[in-house]
Amino acid sequence: MLSLVDIHTFYGNIQALKGVSLEVKEGEIITLIGANGAGKTTTLMSISGIVPPRTGDVLFMGEAITRVNPDKIVSMGISQVPEGRRIFPYLTVLENLDMGAFLRDDKDGVKSDLDYVFSLFPILAERRNQAGGTLSGGEQQMLAISRALMARPRLLLLDEPSLGLAPLIVKQIFEIIKKINSENNTTIFLVEQNANLALKVAHRGYVMENGRITLSDAADRLLANEDVKKAYLGI
Amino acid sequence: MWIEIETPMLANELKKSFLASLWFMFLTFPIMVIRVNTVEKIIQWRWANLFFVGIGSFILSALWRYLIRRKEQGIHRTEVDGIARVTLSQRLLGDRRFTIPALIITTIAALVFPFVFSIYQTNIMITALIYVMLGLGLNIVVGLAGLLDLGYVAFYAVGAYSYALLNYHFGLGFWTVLGIGGGLAAMFGIILGFPVLRLRGDYLAIVTLGFGEIIRLILENWNAFSFGPSGIANIPRPGLFGIDLDIEQATIYVYFLMIAMTLFTIFVVNRLQNSRIGRAWIALREDEVACQSMGIDKRKTKLMAFALGATWAGFAGVVFAAKTTFINPASFTIWESINVLCVVVLGGMGSIVGVIVGAFILILLPEYLRFLSEYRMLAFGTVLVMMMVFRPGGIVETVRRTYQYKETDH
Repeated sequence: MLSLVDIHTFYGNIQALKGVSLEVKEGEIITLIGANGAGKTTTLMSISGIVPPRTGDVLFMGEAITRVNPDKIVSMGISQVPEGRRIFPYLTVLENLDMGAFLRDDKDGVKSDLDYVFSLFPILAERRNQAGGTLSGGEQQMLAISRALMARPRLLLLDEPSLGLAPLIVKQIFEIIKKINSENNTTIFLVEQNANLALKVAHRGYVMENGRITLSDAADRLLANEDVKKAYLGI
Repeated sequence: MWIEIETPMLANELKKSFLASLWFMFLTFPIMVIRVNTVEKIIQWRWANLFFVGIGSFILSALWRYLIRRKEQGIHRTEVDGIARVTLSQRLLGDRRFTIPALIITTIAALVFPFVFSIYQTNIMITALIYVMLGLGLNIVVGLAGLLDLGYVAFYAVGAYSYALLNYHFGLGFWTVLGIGGGLAAMFGIILGFPVLRLRGDYLAIVTLGFGEIIRLILENWNAFSFGPSGIANIPRPGLFGIDLDIEQATIYVYFLMIAMTLFTIFVVNRLQNSRIGRAWIALREDEVACQSMGIDKRKTKLMAFALGATWAGFAGVVFAAKTTFINPASFTIWESINVLCVVVLGGMGSIVGVIVGAFILILLPEYLRFLSEYRMLAFGTVLVMMMVFRPGGIVETVRRTYQYKETDH
């Protein structure tokens, strides 16, 4: 479904990605784990076109989307939940969700998707007319995921959904991620620092170090891998 | 309402005010007390002035401290209650018993104004209405999209000069140029928009400031094109089906024209604000990365804000040229941009009613403060500072209409 072919991404003169190649198949949950500054977020930014790669190719459904505008990429079915949630604090929950459906014109579809995300996260339905900034961290993360789902993506990019959240909330959010994947067949690309949890929900995983992919395997085998254990699981 | 302040605290506050007044007396000593009379070669010591400065600054300082304390206690109280404080203006605007009579009175006042008051007053009113229009336009750029534009006057100049020049060279009439002027201003908005797409905040402010100055300098120095500093005179007033109007009638006509255009502006800006593009602007102001991941085209949305904001300045410029019948680059200095920005910030960013109130206060206040003669701008500045300290949200804080969820029946 999505493949990155040897992409190199720069921030000015600083090279963040040094030849990343990876493959995401339809219906999978893929996780990308790695330390701070390894280039995980940059990989997502390169896919969504916000920080386009300087060289290399990003292919989505067989089409090159390497230097396509971010809004076109969203309209092709790739939606991103940015790191640190980044909800709109002064817009209400409902308006935040409406912004997620910005490119859509099918009112009935939007309405049914709204009901769907409210069934996933009933707390959001309760707070629908409250400003986004007044939500708790966990609720904001739920809102960020819901907002991305409102675009009805085929591929959902999640950037550190566990960031700064209580373990109980993290668990709940990961349950929902699994549910979204199995119910709608939405492909999920999950970037995480919490390697243990991420590898438990994912089908396959990639390990990233200093802008390069160093390991790739089935998630359960990565969980058992001695190097991964030592470096990321703290065992 | 008087707020209880415990005695030691009160004594402390008074002491601080006393020290402040001493400091002021010291600072102003050379200019207020000493006077060198160069004719008789003597030095006059005006000790009475020292006394006035001391008393005045003591009272002002004490008043200032009292108000600050009251404000802080007000905030404290809200935190305790946990209920958001609804300001008086918001409460009034939400109350139909207030809004409907207010609307009726405003309408009647607006209709009879030019027949009751002199032409001079009507002219001031037209200026205020032009500022309402400029304010509402800039409000799109600054208030909604959050792009600090200090060169807004450039678009106003584009509007005014497009009427003056098109009329001079091709004899085009007011109504034809109104559309062209708006369109040209929008085009300039986009021209300015392109290079500043990546900039935010201070950087954007500096570039827009430069843009405004560039336009003014071109108008001032390109004599063959714009007739330089001497400007363009004898610009015709707007026509009314070919009827000849004397100055008085023409002013009244322009007045009603401006009322109609202001209403049109309010209508359009209101629609824009509550539309999807309006919400995209607000979202863009809050978080650019999130906007991009939602599929909002950052470039298009920003350019749209610049273009639409500029359009109103273009319209206002055409009316301004037609009203004064004479324009020169001196009318389009940076000071005008600052003035319009003040209208938006003082009135309340993002609030339509606020911008209207702000424009009237900012234009009418200096007019009616004329009795203070040379202290006029001082008083005006004081009002601005006080406003920003005690009501940073503006006179009418924005109450954004939010998108409410209706239960679906399926």
